[in-house]
Amino acid sequence: MSGEIGQIALCLALALALVEAAAGLFGAQPEGGAMRGIASGAAMGVFVFVALAFGALEWAFVTSDFSVLDVANNSHTMKPLLYKITGVWGNHEGSMLLWVLVLAIYSAAIAFAQRGSARLTSAALGVQGLLTVAFVLFILLTSNPFLRIDPPPFEGAGLNPLLQDPGLAFHPPMLYTGYVGLSASFAYAAAALITGKADAGWARAARPFMLVAWIALTLGITLGSWWAYYDLGWGGFWFWDPVENASLMPWLAGTALLHSALATERTGAFRVWTLLLAIAGFSLSLIGTFLVRSGVLSSVHAFASDPTRGVYILIMLGLAIGGALALFAWRAPQLEGGASFEPVSRESALLINNVFLTAAAATVFLGTLYPLILDALTGTKISVGPPYFALTFAPLFVGLLLLLPFGPRLGWRRGDAREALRILTPAMIAAAVAFVAVLAFASPRTLTGALSFGLAGWVIGASVVDAVQRRKLRAFSAGALAVVLAHAGLGVTLTGVAGVSLWRTEVLEVLGPGETVAVGPYTLRFDGVVAAQGPNYQAARGDIGVLRGGREVAQLHPEQRLYPAEGQQVANTAIRTTGFSDLYVALGDDRGSGRWTIRAYFNPFAPFIWFGGAIMALGGLASLSGRLRRTAPLPAADAISVTP
Amino acid sequence: MIRFGTLCAVLLLSLQTAFAAPPPERLADPALEARAVSLQKELRCLVCQGQSLDESGAPLAADLRRLIRQHIAAGESDEQVKRYLVARYGDFILMKPPLERDTLFLWFGPALVLLFGAGVATIVIYRASKRPEARPR
Repeated sequence: MSGEIGQIALCLALALALVEAAAGLFGAQPEGGAMRGIASGAAMGVFVFVALAFGALEWAFVTSDFSVLDVANNSHTMKPLLYKITGVWGNHEGSMLLWVLVLAIYSAAIAFAQRGSARLTSAALGVQGLLTVAFVLFILLTSNPFLRIDPPPFEGAGLNPLLQDPGLAFHPPMLYTGYVGLSASFAYAAAALITGKADAGWARAARPFMLVAWIALTLGITLGSWWAYYDLGWGGFWFWDPVENASLMPWLAGTALLHSALATERTGAFRVWTLLLAIAGFSLSLIGTFLVRSGVLSSVHAFASDPTRGVYILIMLGLAIGGALALFAWRAPQLEGGASFEPVSRESALLINNVFLTAAAATVFLGTLYPLILDALTGTKISVGPPYFALTFAPLFVGLLLLLPFGPRLGWRRGDAREALRILTPAMIAAAVAFVAVLAFASPRTLTGALSFGLAGWVIGASVVDAVQRRKLRAFSAGALAVVLAHAGLGVTLTGVAGVSLWRTEVLEVLGPGETVAVGPYTLRFDGVVAAQGPNYQAARGDIGVLRGGREVAQLHPEQRLYPAEGQQVANTAIRTTGFSDLYVALGDDRGSGRWTIRAYFNPFAPFIWFGGAIMALGGLASLSGRLRRTAPLPAADAISVTP
Repeated sequence: MIRFGTLCAVLLLSLQTAFAAPPPERLADPALEARAVSLQKELRCLVCQGQSLDESGAPLAADLRRLIRQHIAAGESDEQVKRYLVARYGDFILMKPPLERDTLFLWFGPALVLLFGAGVATIVIYRASKRPEARPR
């Protein structure tokens, strides 16, 4: 039954999305007043029906209704309830439905919030409606999760054990909230171009959605990285895998957009560029969806590939990006000249930030797509791995971080570089101390490490200076806190990345009962392996005593799990963290007579990678709370008019 | 269903716990072993997704790790081992793509984008600083 309910709900959502698109676009015209209410109502309706379809699929998974093909292919009665619920988006069809659900939530939120002028909101809903039509059609035509199978099998095929992890509950929904959330900025930007009023109004209206998307994307990437770290068993946190890159590109563009829109709102500067970035940000989300969902890449994320899906997404991609760019090319030249500011000013700093972030996004884009394009054009197969990004992406970020502390210290329109340098002196001292400390105490002593920590000290120190300065001036608003946290978070993440990359210790040994091996400051004692039984797996469970200074400080239990339903074996790592470093242990294969391979890492500063991500997201939240509390628009800098 | 079965098999092959060089494969000389480890970090597991030989648990990766050690033990330099593997498997095996005519844009693209961006930014800043300050409200 739930399959039919879902199918019907999805069809009704499609019909209402068509209404939303048409009414929204008509409502964008000066004389389209009557249509605007219809567009808002339709957006709410689309949300209700997509949510109903999603609920129906949830129901089919939770009740193990194997007459639904998607459930039969991806679920199993023995699977714990959590993974039945989250397993809905652990496959292609269900994850596309989640995509559309998030899109519908944003549309409903735009309709509900009615930020910006009535025409702007209406046009934005029209664009959201078009996107919804395209994606619901995609689901119904190529990826229908409600297809039946006759006769239904007695048992489902199960879910990839790597995905049977609490991470599945948080990472994909969070990432999609970010990915798809960029559609709101895209829709508002397109709406501004459609209504022909591309002043700062659209950016102000879109700001909360931009922030929500950015926060979610930051958290989603952070969670994904953490999940890969503890789940995949070799202690890496970022692999420059095309699928990861697909999420990093929209993040870089979104970060650039947040900064550029700041200037557009305050002084009217970079209006054309901000519009273009909003279009580019969501376009990169779409390209990411194409890369992950079309099957051109095979990875853990590409559940199954089907060429028709790729072709469909490619057409959709072309229409959305091409349409938006055409609109841009048609309307943007009509925008009047920009703002006036000195070479040394906040505006210039934001512009330079954007140059670096755009170049970084372009680098990830090149590294991800170049092998595909080269293969298609010449048949030459190359790999673009971490060494490429270390040589190209890393220097760009170093440049960005070197200049970052100056941004918040420069005034709008006219800044004082000398004064900024003077105020930032404590940050320079912090950088020097970090640099020297690494050279003095770290082992092995590396210049890269000293420079990385110096850079992190510079960025974090500058955030502290910024906070202190603003407190002194009694100007410590939510927005100021946002800047302090977001920038400091980046420095914290850098510390973690540098720490793990440069000072990780790795051991790989075959141990018998009672034998020990040293890793970092710890000694591991192998106490043997016992059999353990999970809800839907059998495990070989290692007992490992962790000694530090001759005293036992912990017991770790890494496992090798066999999932009979899926016929797969996966490792479950054990991590002991102090908040400053991780001891990471994985159990390998049975070498006979009680001996097992043990792989262990000592990862100094590893937790900082994710702490930093969380701090950045907190910064975003601070900014969002400031935005939602303030109803009046920001005062324009120096009382300069921003209306063109 | 068949497709799902194949997928499972592929995942089973590629996603088992990764073990770089369990002790029996290891070279006795620590200096040579260190070279082998750093080499296998620069080379790609040919049958998995984006993993290096160092991280992969696939049987082919284990064979290649052994092969690398045989060549190193035979006294070859890192470059010679790489050349040998590239001759057999193509550039695909290198995690760091070589600088060739085909990859010029890949390698210099980021710098070009940065230079282009810097150029545009300079013009924008120059024009903004020349624009009259007060504009009619």
